[in-house]
Amino acid sequence: MARVSQEELVKRRRRALIRTIIKYIIVIVVAVIPLIPIWLMFLWLIAQSFSSRVTFGIIPQGFTLENWKFLWSPFKMGLKEYPNIWPITLNTLFLALGVAGLEVLISSMAGYALSRMNFPGRIGLMQFIIALHAFPSVILLIALFIILNKIGLYGKGYMTLVGIILIKAGLEIPMASWIIKGFFDAIPWDLEWAALVDGCTRWKVWRSVILPLVLPGIGAISIFAFLSGWAEFLLVYTYVVGEEYYTLPVLIYYLIGELKFVNWGMLAAVGLFFTIPTLIFFSTTQKLLLRIYVGGVKR
Amino acid sequence: MVKVTLDNVSKFFGKVKAVVDLNLEIKDGEFVALLGPSGCGKTTTLLMIAGIYKPSKGRILFDDVDVTDLPPKDRNIGMVFQSYALYPHMTVYDNIAFPLKLKKAPKNEIDKKVKEVAKLLQIDNLLNRKPAQLSGGQQQRVALGRALVKEPDVLLLDEPLSNLDAKLRVLMRAEIKRLQKELKITTIYVTHDQVEAMSMADRVAVMRAGRLQQYAEPEVLYNKPVNIFVAGFIGNPPMNFIEGSIKEISGEYYFESEYFKLKLSKELGALAASKSSDVILGIRPEHIQVAFESKPNAIDATVYVIEPLGRDIVINVKIGEALLKILATPGLKLEPGQKIKLIFPEDKIHFFDKYTEKAIV
Repeated sequence: MARVSQEELVKRRRRALIRTIIKYIIVIVVAVIPLIPIWLMFLWLIAQSFSSRVTFGIIPQGFTLENWKFLWSPFKMGLKEYPNIWPITLNTLFLALGVAGLEVLISSMAGYALSRMNFPGRIGLMQFIIALHAFPSVILLIALFIILNKIGLYGKGYMTLVGIILIKAGLEIPMASWIIKGFFDAIPWDLEWAALVDGCTRWKVWRSVILPLVLPGIGAISIFAFLSGWAEFLLVYTYVVGEEYYTLPVLIYYLIGELKFVNWGMLAAVGLFFTIPTLIFFSTTQKLLLRIYVGGVKR
Repeated sequence: MVKVTLDNVSKFFGKVKAVVDLNLEIKDGEFVALLGPSGCGKTTTLLMIAGIYKPSKGRILFDDVDVTDLPPKDRNIGMVFQSYALYPHMTVYDNIAFPLKLKKAPKNEIDKKVKEVAKLLQIDNLLNRKPAQLSGGQQQRVALGRALVKEPDVLLLDEPLSNLDAKLRVLMRAEIKRLQKELKITTIYVTHDQVEAMSMADRVAVMRAGRLQQYAEPEVLYNKPVNIFVAGFIGNPPMNFIEGSIKEISGEYYFESEYFKLKLSKELGALAASKSSDVILGIRPEHIQVAFESKPNAIDATVYVIEPLGRDIVINVKIGEALLKILATPGLKLEPGQKIKLIFPEDKIHFFDKYTEKAIV
C-alpha cells in the first residue's frame, strides 16, 4: 500500500464527514419532512377534540369533554337518534373482525396449498389469483348488489354486514393468500418431513408445526384485513339500509355530509375515536410481526 | 428392531431417474451407510424408506411386512436431517417430547423418557432452550434425541455430521457408532464422506447416478472394489489410475502404458490377459514404495511436488506425463525434480477393464 501523507489523511477524513452529513440531510428530507403534515393533522385532531375553541387552527383554548359526549350520551344524526356511539362501534368491530377472521382462516390454508401441494393447474391458479386482485370493488357494486339480493342478504340488518364480510374477505383473500404463501415458501421441507416422521398427519403438521412458524405472516395479513374491514366505507354505505347497522366510517361521512352545520369538535373526537382500535390492534399484532423465528439451522 | 429390505426400488421425478432398481437388505441391528457423491440418489432412497417419497416401482419391506404404501407416521422410524429440522418455536424439551405427544403417551412417561434421552446425549441442561440458542453440535444432539426418544425400529440419518466443524465431527462419529451398538437399532446413514462411511458402518452401499455399485463391508470396498468408481471413491488420497494394456512377450506378461512397462507374474498376467487386453491399472497411494537405487521391475519417476500432512506426506510424482500420488511417511528427503524409483507390489495392484470399468483382478 502506498503511504499517504498527513494532509491527505486529514482531507480524506473531512470528505468522509461531509458525506455522512449529506446522508443525514437526505434521510431527513425524504423520511422526516413528509411526516410533518401528518403529525400536524393528528395534533389538530387531538387539540380540536379536547378544546372548546381553537385559534390559528392549532392552538387549543379551554379544555372540555363536550366533544366526547357521544361516548356516554345520545346524539343525533339526521333523523335518527343514537343512544351513544357504542352500537355503531360494535357494528364496525363485527365487520372488521369478521373480515380478519375469515381472511386469516382461508388464506392461511390456501397459501399452504399454493406453496406446498402439487395439483394440476397450480401455476395457472396463482396467476388467476393475481388477476382477480386487479378488480376494485367499485366496478363490482351492481353485480354484488344483485347477488346479495338473490341470496337474501340485502337489507337484512346484521346479515347484510355478514354479506359485506363475505364480499370484503372474498376480494382480499387472493392477495392475502399470496402474501402468506411467501411465508410458507420460506419454511424448509425438512421441517415438514421431520414432523411427518415424528408421527403427524399432513393436517397436524400444518397446525402444530407450520402454522406457528408463519405467525408473523398471519399477523401481517390479519392487520391488513382488520384495518380494511374497520375502514370499509363504500360497501356499507351502498348496501346497508338501516341506520342502526351503520359503521363508523359511514357515521363520520354523515357527520360531514348532512346539510347542516358541521360540529368540528365532535367530528375530530369521532375521528380520533375511530383510530384508537386501529392503534390497539396494531400495537398488539406488531409484536407478532417482529417475532421472526430463526430456524434450527445456523445460517 | 427390524430388517429392512428394498426390493427393486426405483424413483423417477419426471424424466429424472433418481434411483434405479435398487436391491438392498439391511439386517436387524445393522449399521449401513449409503455412500455416494451428491445427486447419486442416496437421500432419495432414505426418504423412500422414511415414507416421504413413494417409490415409482418396487417394494420396501420392514421384516416381512410391505410398508411401501404406509405413511411415515405408521412406520416407527426416527430420522435426523442434515439441517436437523428442529421445530424453532418449541423448546428442546418440547422438540424431544413431540413424537411421544403425538403417540398420546401419558405425561409422566413422556417426561421420564425425554429426561432419559437427554441424559444419554448429555443435553439435559439445555431442555428449556430454543433451538436458535444452541450451537450446531447441541442442535445435532437434540435432533438425535428426538429421533431416539420414540424407540424407533429404524434410525435414518441424513448427513447428520456435515454441518459440524471438523473436530466435532470426529467426536460425534465415534459417539453415534457407540450409541448405535448400544441401542442395537437398525440404522441407515447417508453420507458423501467416505471416511464417515468406512469408519462407522458395518456395511457400505456405494451409489452412483441412482444405481448401486457395491454393497459390502468397508475392508472389502477398500481391498476389492468392483469397479473404477468404487476404487476411486474409497480412500484418500484416491487410487492412482494408469491406462495401458496387457502384453504377452515370449511367455512373459507385461503391463505396458505409454510411459513405462511393468513385468507381471505369470498367474496375474495370464488372469488379466484372459479377460481383457486394454486395461486400467489401479494402485493406492499408500501401496506404492519409493526407492532410490535401481531394483528389478522398478519404475523411473520424477518428484513433482510434495504435500506434507504432518503424520504423512503426499508425494506427487510424474512418470512421463502421468501424475501419481504416493502416501509416504515423513523423513524421506525429497526435492521437486529429483529422480526416484517406484515399486508397485503386485498383490496391491488392481486391474480394471478399460471399457466396462469393471474390476478384472
